[in-house]
Amino acid sequence: MILHALPSLATAGGDGYQTPTTADFYQPLWNDGPFAITRPAVVLMLSVGLLAWWLIVSTRQAAIVPGKRQWVTEGLYGFIRNGVARDIIGTKDFLRFVPLLFSMFMLILVNNLFGVIPPVQYPTMSRIGIPIALTLVVYVVYHYIGIKRVGLGAYFKNLVPAGLPGWIFLPILLLEIITFFITRPLTLALRLFGNMFAGHLLLLVFITGGEYMLLHGSFGLKLAGVGAYAMAFLLTIFEILIEFLQAWVFTLLAATYIAGSLADEH
Amino acid sequence: MTGNIAILGYGLSTLGPGIGIGLIFAAYLNGVARQPEARGMLQSIAILGFALTEALAIFGLLLAFIL
Repeated sequence: MILHALPSLATAGGDGYQTPTTADFYQPLWNDGPFAITRPAVVLMLSVGLLAWWLIVSTRQAAIVPGKRQWVTEGLYGFIRNGVARDIIGTKDFLRFVPLLFSMFMLILVNNLFGVIPPVQYPTMSRIGIPIALTLVVYVVYHYIGIKRVGLGAYFKNLVPAGLPGWIFLPILLLEIITFFITRPLTLALRLFGNMFAGHLLLLVFITGGEYMLLHGSFGLKLAGVGAYAMAFLLTIFEILIEFLQAWVFTLLAATYIAGSLADEH
Repeated sequence: MTGNIAILGYGLSTLGPGIGIGLIFAAYLNGVARQPEARGMLQSIAILGFALTEALAIFGLLLAFIL
């Protein structure tokens, strides 16, 4: 579907190969412009529906000895609950945050995997708005917990470790404020967005380039086209690994920031 | 010479994350070699460090494509 949706691909007349650009990621389905219903919006809604259906169906009539669907869901849930939430936030108050972390992990994972599953093949996280929205949720959560725990003034004071000479307090406070309020959310969103965008773009380059070389090239280029397709296959496998990794790292970092807000001062 | 200087910039910027990821996994290998029982604990930290460092490489690739 991606290949036929690309408007920039060379026609049969062969007026040159155009490399995929960022404009290829904007695919409006209804109403062009800021209120368009675009393809990633539809895919996101589809993923939420699919996730809700799966989670409800797999945990209906939950038995002590799990069936296949329940086992899969329990495995994923246990992975986040134990491996991420309990190990990072600690055994005392990690249960409050497990729903948030689990939902975000499953949402990011399903949307990332949509980038390689054939009928869909559009990684929703490659549009910057969606990672920004997820990061906003984490941002509000970890600041809110920190401020609710010790109050606004003490929250800022605790950013700086205790026991330092007085003159260094202000530069470190400035650096920590930049870290907590700007760098952390920025890198959290950009990491997810960049990985998905760059990965998808690489796949596009190899696949569309391979197609162009196979159809419009000389004999040597046709061989190179086959090589390009083989590379696209390997990159797809690599992309699946990166998708799992990025979903896990996002959740892990969200848990780390929450744990940092909950922890006692340095 | 024609071309895109953004790609030159991206090529230069892969030096840092390349060395960084090498250092991270060298530390992981050393740690597991000294104490194989610590493998599970060190693995999470290694993967986390890898993802954080890889993020910088990905920012470079991303900006080379976009700008």
